[in-house]
Amino acid sequence: MSFQLDYFSLKGKTALVTGARTGIGQAISVGLAAAGAHLILVGHQDNMQETQNKITELQGTYETFLIDLSDVENLKANLQPILDKYSIDILVNNAGVIYREPAADHNVNEWNRVMDVNINSVFTLCQTIGNQMIEKKSGKIINIASLLSFQGGINVPSYTASKHAIAGLTKALANEWASHGVQVNAIAPGYISTNNTEALRNDEVRNQSILERIPAGRWGQADDLAGAAVFLASRASDYVSGHVLVVDGGWMGR
Amino acid sequence: MHQLFNLTGKNAVVTGGSRGLGKEIALGLAEAGANVAIISRKESPEVVKELEQFGVKAVSIAFDIGNISMHKELLNIIEENLGKVDILVNNAGVQKRHPAVEFPQEDWNYVMNVNANAVFSLCQTFGKPMLERGYGKIVNVASLLSFQGGFTVPAYAASKGAVMQFTKSLANEWASKGVNVNCVAPGYMATEMNEALIHDEVRSRQILERIPAGRWGTGKDMQGAVIFLASSASDYVHGFTIAIDGGWLGR
Repeated sequence: MSFQLDYFSLKGKTALVTGARTGIGQAISVGLAAAGAHLILVGHQDNMQETQNKITELQGTYETFLIDLSDVENLKANLQPILDKYSIDILVNNAGVIYREPAADHNVNEWNRVMDVNINSVFTLCQTIGNQMIEKKSGKIINIASLLSFQGGINVPSYTASKHAIAGLTKALANEWASHGVQVNAIAPGYISTNNTEALRNDEVRNQSILERIPAGRWGQADDLAGAAVFLASRASDYVSGHVLVVDGGWMGR
Repeated sequence: MHQLFNLTGKNAVVTGGSRGLGKEIALGLAEAGANVAIISRKESPEVVKELEQFGVKAVSIAFDIGNISMHKELLNIIEENLGKVDILVNNAGVQKRHPAVEFPQEDWNYVMNVNANAVFSLCQTFGKPMLERGYGKIVNVASLLSFQGGFTVPAYAASKGAVMQFTKSLANEWASKGVNVNCVAPGYMATEMNEALIHDEVRSRQILERIPAGRWGTGKDMQGAVIFLASSASDYVHGFTIAIDGGWLGR
């Protein structure tokens, strides 16, 4: 049996990806589908068409659920229809929002919204679906962290706080769940060309200073994250727990 | 997608590939389709046979990597026997245990020479033709002691710290030229190198209690991460160290 068929294969697995509509979430969804997983696409806008089409092109399968992750209070109840129908093997907490305003004036409502979507809902998702995984003694959780899980960023204190929290939560859950056969890890994307970073790329000065610091000499593409996601979703990473895998073209070492 | 991890037609070199983690790494790369040269102090025809079972070309070369002045010669031999090298896995390493206060200079020099100096020289020697071709994957085997201090192994900790750091230095220079340089950091693995720990009842218990996964790692546990870093699945990963430690570092 070769690795291609066995080690990195996700055939027969069900993977739930939040924020699957565009960018990194879409690329990871398509990557997992290409490795054989059935996809549960979660988003809050009813326009998942592009991701769905890409999966169909690969002869992959999916089902879409519209859930507002900022509604943390009702999240457990809103997840119930998924849990009733599926046993999730792979959970990818990708959905995230960013709000830019200098720390001195950072709007508290926006702070709360960022924390709700980026970390509070992630904890609920991990808990709810993690319980299913612990019961069957098998599961893979991948949280999408950020370079701002390590660094401070500028004008995005809520985002930075939420992403540091993601790294901490990932290790905390790993410490408790690794011995139950559930691996909890994170991927920290570098500067990736997506909607969330459009403002940076449109700012000529910021764009140049970022690009000059990336050893790889280019912005990342969402597709650059698919390999790491398949690795952490598959048997190939069974002894990897509580790790934050950085995919950043070398940024953190510069 | 599976294509992302496919190494068919690539040529890989694994130092210390005749036993322990290195052997499992070599087998993993062969299973993923790569031709493999294993470097070890003694020739290992039996490992070559195991590698060949995956339908790839395999060679065993007897060479002491501590012999730094001969690294260019080693490259020539491998290129003659296998072809251009696409993947270099610097796995070979040595260990010496003494309390720091009485650590012999000779042992310090030995550990630093094999674990750090030789690895840097191999990166340099094998990296040069990779840079010329605009393609290459280098995977250095770091350690938990790239992050922590260990106990009565100061030379090992120093050497593994060095490996993780110069991996970033090389990545900073080579990433834009198509050469990926990264590390894997194995946790506590049930290998020959750790026999002293495994047989020490107290240390063995203490270690196990701290591993969230609840077990020592094995050579097989290394394969997935090394294939990931050796394949195009990791093309945007540079200067990074993947810990394969059952969660140890987060505990």
